[in-house]
Amino acid sequence: MSKSVFSSPSLSKHPGLDEWVSVGADGRVSIRSGKVDIGQRISTALAMIAAEELDIPLDRIDMVRTVTGEAPDEGITSGSNSMMESGSAVRLATATARRHMLALAAELLGVGADTLDVDDGLIQSRETNRSATYAEIQGDKAFEIDVDPDVDVKDPETHKIVGEKIAPLGLSEIVTGSYRFLHDMKMPGMLHARIVRPPHYNARLKTMNDETTDRLRQSGIEIVRDGSFIAVAGADEFAVIRAAERLFAACDWDMSGALSEDDVFERLTANPRESRPVENDGVPQDKPVPPLADPPEGAAATLEARYDKPYHAHASMGPSAGCAIWQDDGLQIWSHSQGVYFLRDAVAEAFDIDPETVRIEHVPGAGCYGHNGADDVAFDAALVARALPGKPIMLKWTREEEHAWAPYATATSMKLRASLDPDGKVIDWNHESYGDTFNMRPRSGPNMAGAARLLSGRFRENPPPEFIPQPAMVRHMGIHRNLDPLYVFPNKRLVKNLVRDLPLRTSALRTLGAFGNVFAIESFMDELAEAAGIDPVTFRLNHLEDTRGREVLEAVAARMDFGADDGIGRGIAFAQYKNLKAYAAVGVELEVNDAAEVKLRRAVLAGDAGEIVDRDGVAAQYDGGFLQAASWTINEQVTWDRDGITSRDWETYPILGFDNVPEIETILIERPGVPFLGAGEAVSGPAGAAIANAIYNATGLRLRRMPFTPDAIREAAMDA
Amino acid sequence: MDLTTLTINGEVRDIDCDPATPLIYVLRNDLDLTGAKLGCGLEQCGACAVLVDGKATLCCNRPVGEFAGKEVVTVEALENDTVGAAVQKAFIAEGAAQCGYCTAGLVIAATSLLKANAAPDRDAIIAGLEEHLCRCGSHARVIAAIGRAAKEIGNV
Ligand code: FES
Ligand code: FES
Repeated sequence: MSKSVFSSPSLSKHPGLDEWVSVGADGRVSIRSGKVDIGQRISTALAMIAAEELDIPLDRIDMVRTVTGEAPDEGITSGSNSMMESGSAVRLATATARRHMLALAAELLGVGADTLDVDDGLIQSRETNRSATYAEIQGDKAFEIDVDPDVDVKDPETHKIVGEKIAPLGLSEIVTGSYRFLHDMKMPGMLHARIVRPPHYNARLKTMNDETTDRLRQSGIEIVRDGSFIAVAGADEFAVIRAAERLFAACDWDMSGALSEDDVFERLTANPRESRPVENDGVPQDKPVPPLADPPEGAAATLEARYDKPYHAHASMGPSAGCAIWQDDGLQIWSHSQGVYFLRDAVAEAFDIDPETVRIEHVPGAGCYGHNGADDVAFDAALVARALPGKPIMLKWTREEEHAWAPYATATSMKLRASLDPDGKVIDWNHESYGDTFNMRPRSGPNMAGAARLLSGRFRENPPPEFIPQPAMVRHMGIHRNLDPLYVFPNKRLVKNLVRDLPLRTSALRTLGAFGNVFAIESFMDELAEAAGIDPVTFRLNHLEDTRGREVLEAVAARMDFGADDGIGRGIAFAQYKNLKAYAAVGVELEVNDAAEVKLRRAVLAGDAGEIVDRDGVAAQYDGGFLQAASWTINEQVTWDRDGITSRDWETYPILGFDNVPEIETILIERPGVPFLGAGEAVSGPAGAAIANAIYNATGLRLRRMPFTPDAIREAAMDA
Repeated sequence: MDLTTLTINGEVRDIDCDPATPLIYVLRNDLDLTGAKLGCGLEQCGACAVLVDGKATLCCNRPVGEFAGKEVVTVEALENDTVGAAVQKAFIAEGAAQCGYCTAGLVIAATSLLKANAAPDRDAIIAGLEEHLCRCGSHARVIAAIGRAAKEIGNV
């Protein structure tokens, strides 16, 4: 046993052991968490932690579905916080449970607790032949004690489950097709529903052709309308899909409020904005932005560069779905939202009902990577359910809706300027980031702040007041996430700019502003290194004191042959997510072929996420995160015209395919007994920058605006 | 409504539905075979793939009538297929899924590929996955899993 270095903010809100752990009469142990599975395998990690502390096999742990009013409220599953918050809470809770049960067993057996060992849930004493089980002691009984935040936890050296490579929970069901996604739910009397969406954000319904609506109703289709929110429902899913198409064709829309077709990158730095200086390791300050001073006197070189990233879509593989039933005693929703409590409060706010009468159960959906359509579609289902009380409503978005209506990650621009002294040290650093909000999750508050952020709210007859986002002031949030570099630079001037009047609906996508900021910082570091005549790795190390950061960077550098003369471009980049979570260094080898396509050949990823619980799960966050970020970097941008979004499917919004997958080598630094850092977003930013740096290395072209498509590369070559 | 006769996972089934209905809805709603997923309905992502006469086929946009008289096999029945079972095992061994929404389609594609080519090289594997997308970034693991399954089958 060792003193715990693990702590969790979730325990201050939910201190009771029974909120986290219970033991059944059959000896099975149930674990409750407020964090949900979105493909990142958090339940596997939590189950491993619990099994380890309790000394029972993994298959005796049941991970309980997250349900409002039953599971601990741990906010949103986001920000790479789940291991720190829920992982630590479950470790402390199960260690407390074990100690409590051993004390009871010692009493029962008349021996000292320190003579007891547990094997497979069987408690035995070295001093007697008698034994007891968790089930006998605690089966179906409440603990009625609090989790002890100072409880001793297992010495990592004795870990048998934590740190192992195991198959994630649910994977055998996934490969055999028996895993149940929300989309697969079926209930007696269930109706399928689809939305008839307007052509764009600001379009509103003028009229609907009565003949069509009559005919649809005669064929058994229900039509639900609340202002410009229109839905159809019926027992046969395909008939409902066709009804939605027919009804759309029968609608006449007021198309005023066309989307602005201005160049968004011009708008980003020209539109009205709220600017805040960022100081003290990433915290925005409520004071005026200091003016940009001239470069320092002694500067040997001063570089300036601007980097741009377009709007990105979550583009989940499965269009979002929600299921709801409205009954006399309340509203039940099944949702793959990342924050069921927030969603509950927002839905209650929208309907002006008591949140206690709304119950939301999390059921897995496709990977979402942030605020995709999950919350919106749950509310859509609830709107239809309210109009058709007593009937379970399964509402699925279409591919087009997921691409065109879910919130996007904002386009961002990053303007950097830095000066070097004659020794190649940075002596002045200026970084301004511009973007729309990342903060549009439906979180209730004054002026119906939750309801206002649910998509269909604004199309209702009586919409809630428009939500005007304010600059997020929390450390490393939104636009200023990873704006403050981990490098030691004097004279930093950092500014976040929340830009107004941009055309598209935006919210949280994996890493928020960090992807753009790290892309910019780590591209600029290479530009500075070149100006200083120092190799990129040494240049970074010259400015990096953090030893764990140095270690991941060196691990990648050691596996890259930067000197090779083989036509392969090589690039490297590094960051610690939020300067607080997991570390990642990325090395990339690629070619730019005759068709100006970027072809990824090899990627080396090094990560430090604190203590590793689910070894393969952590690795998957690195290799999967790399591929997703490579897709953002090389392939992706949301497009639109005055009449609406034009990137509405996989052809118009192409993502990375199987034909551009490099060999990936992932190195995880071992940190047994060290607090969990959360690995889900660490690799993304460095991945983008490493690709940009490798393209430069391969071609001499410095690409500063994503995506790096053949067109972008040809254009850069022409300008060169 | 019309009666369509289909052979699904070895069983002959009479389906009473609008013959224009794409097969995916029949599988998922009428036959409770929800392994195949609807990802796009546009034949762009591969989530809906099933085996038709042993070949991976997208079924989100093709009417059920087109499948009459053919052998349709869904992911649920692959456990009984030597190649399919090896693929499933290899996907587990490589941890070749995150959310798993794309996985059934990929398992079908891999099975189809290995039935046609028992020892595909990396390029052949990639070519066999041309119609498939994954948003979580499981690609490298999927490619590794198919290589592993091929070896496994070769060793038997
Ligand atoms: S659902 Fe059939 S290809 Fe996408
Ligand atoms: S594993 Fe999530 S889409 Fe492939």
